Amino acid sequence: MDLLVAGVREALRLLLTGDSDVFAILWLSLQVSGLATLISLALGVPAGAALALLRFPGRTLVVSAVNTGMGLPPVVVGLFVTLLLWRSGPLGAWEILYTPAAIVLAQAVIAAPIVMGITLAAVQNVPEKFRLQMLGLGASRPQMVGVVLREARLPMLAAVMAGFGGIISEIGASMMVGGNIKGQTRTLTTAMVLETGKGNFEIAIALSLLLLVLVFGVNWTLTAIQQRRVW
Amino acid sequence: MARIAAVLLVIVLGVAAAAAPGPASRTVILSTTTSTQDAGLLDVLVPIFERQTGLTLKTVSVGTGQALALAARGEADVVLVHAPPLERKYVEEGKLTKRRLVMVNDFVVVGPESDPARIRGEKRAADALAKIAAAGARFVSRGDKSGTHVLEQSLWKQAGVTPAAPWYIESGQGMGATLGLADDRRAYTLTDRATYLAFGRRVALTTLVEGDRALLNVYSVLEVNPANGPRVNAGGGKAFADFLLAPQTQAVIRTFGVDRFGQPLFVPIAGRKEEDL
Repeated sequence: MDLLVAGVREALRLLLTGDSDVFAILWLSLQVSGLATLISLALGVPAGAALALLRFPGRTLVVSAVNTGMGLPPVVVGLFVTLLLWRSGPLGAWEILYTPAAIVLAQAVIAAPIVMGITLAAVQNVPEKFRLQMLGLGASRPQMVGVVLREARLPMLAAVMAGFGGIISEIGASMMVGGNIKGQTRTLTTAMVLETGKGNFEIAIALSLLLLVLVFGVNWTLTAIQQRRVW
Repeated sequence: MARIAAVLLVIVLGVAAAAAPGPASRTVILSTTTSTQDAGLLDVLVPIFERQTGLTLKTVSVGTGQALALAARGEADVVLVHAPPLERKYVEEGKLTKRRLVMVNDFVVVGPESDPARIRGEKRAADALAKIAAAGARFVSRGDKSGTHVLEQSLWKQAGVTPAAPWYIESGQGMGATLGLADDRRAYTLTDRATYLAFGRRVALTTLVEGDRALLNVYSVLEVNPANGPRVNAGGGKAFADFLLAPQTQAVIRTFGVDRFGQPLFVPIAGRKEEDL
């Protein structure tokens, strides 16, 4: 119990004194997971919408694969991305292993199926009659897709929250492809594991509180947008 | 739609910029053990190295077994580890070259104050382990092919015991977590002194066996054979190895930890031979 109190006090001290190491870690985590979420949106939204609107043989199989992908274990992604990015691997020439770019790549792979799956569900929830009606009234297909995505935009914010929340708190892949290098690839979660390993439980607790505050802040903002329908 | 296209373009450009290969020779990858990182030594040494040479050092802290395996595949340029038998094997195979001693500290056998197997003050670590096995007292092993685990296995061999459950517990985790587990189960464990000192105030374990020559913890630096894989930065690896052995660096190692623990965590031994330790 005294440790928890000490952790909260340490968290407040780190925040109030503007500890530069902690803020660098916080900022890196935010950048990496933010960029990875954007990439997963760029890939997942069109793919999810296409999957919702198109009918083709084997579609059920693809949808099942996407749903499985929503639960993709981050360590598995970490392992395969590491193998790809190894100097001896197919993407070795990029030389991005143990850099933030590698973490972005792995996290985007983790988040993309989540975004895709939720987009798929959101778009399918727009009544099919509505779509047919639009086409009947003379809308072109791209126009119809645009309107459907607009209708589904509020549930799709859930995709952003789920994707971002999943990867900012992810540890396995960040550790494997990033390497937890101080000042370069140390994120909130990998720093937490390291500090726990060192026995610095106060700092680990402080970092976990910061992570919770960060995730809560992002979700609060998105939820406010979603619920007030200002967008 | 135009706005979305613009955002996508920025993302693609950003990723491409991040992914663009930098000049290879400026980046050096060091694969090393968790203990050097957990003790905080690398956090002190790496910035000095980068300032002196203008190179960027990436440190991958893993178990000694994995650190050596990565280097043998050419995924690293230089290795700092503490498992002499394994190191010699890689040198014999020609995967790693120029093994040089850097620093030393020692391992200790720690356990609960009550000392159920009565090993306190035992001169030889192997004898102490034999007693633990005979008493069936709990012992927590790293079980992760780390340098500590490699030494522990050789001690069991010397003791003539094949450790097994239920009294033998494998944590599969780093030294810090393993000490925590040993504390919780009131078990014995083998630990490097640096991590034990760092954890000292957290656990109720006490030092029971120390000072045996077999408990010396010798750290060596090894360079990677460029033939191991594409893109091995042999020059950069040599630069870091030379840096570790330079007199100024050795002086930093000699005083490291004094401010936090009241005693140094490592003794620098550049230029000495194993037989003389």
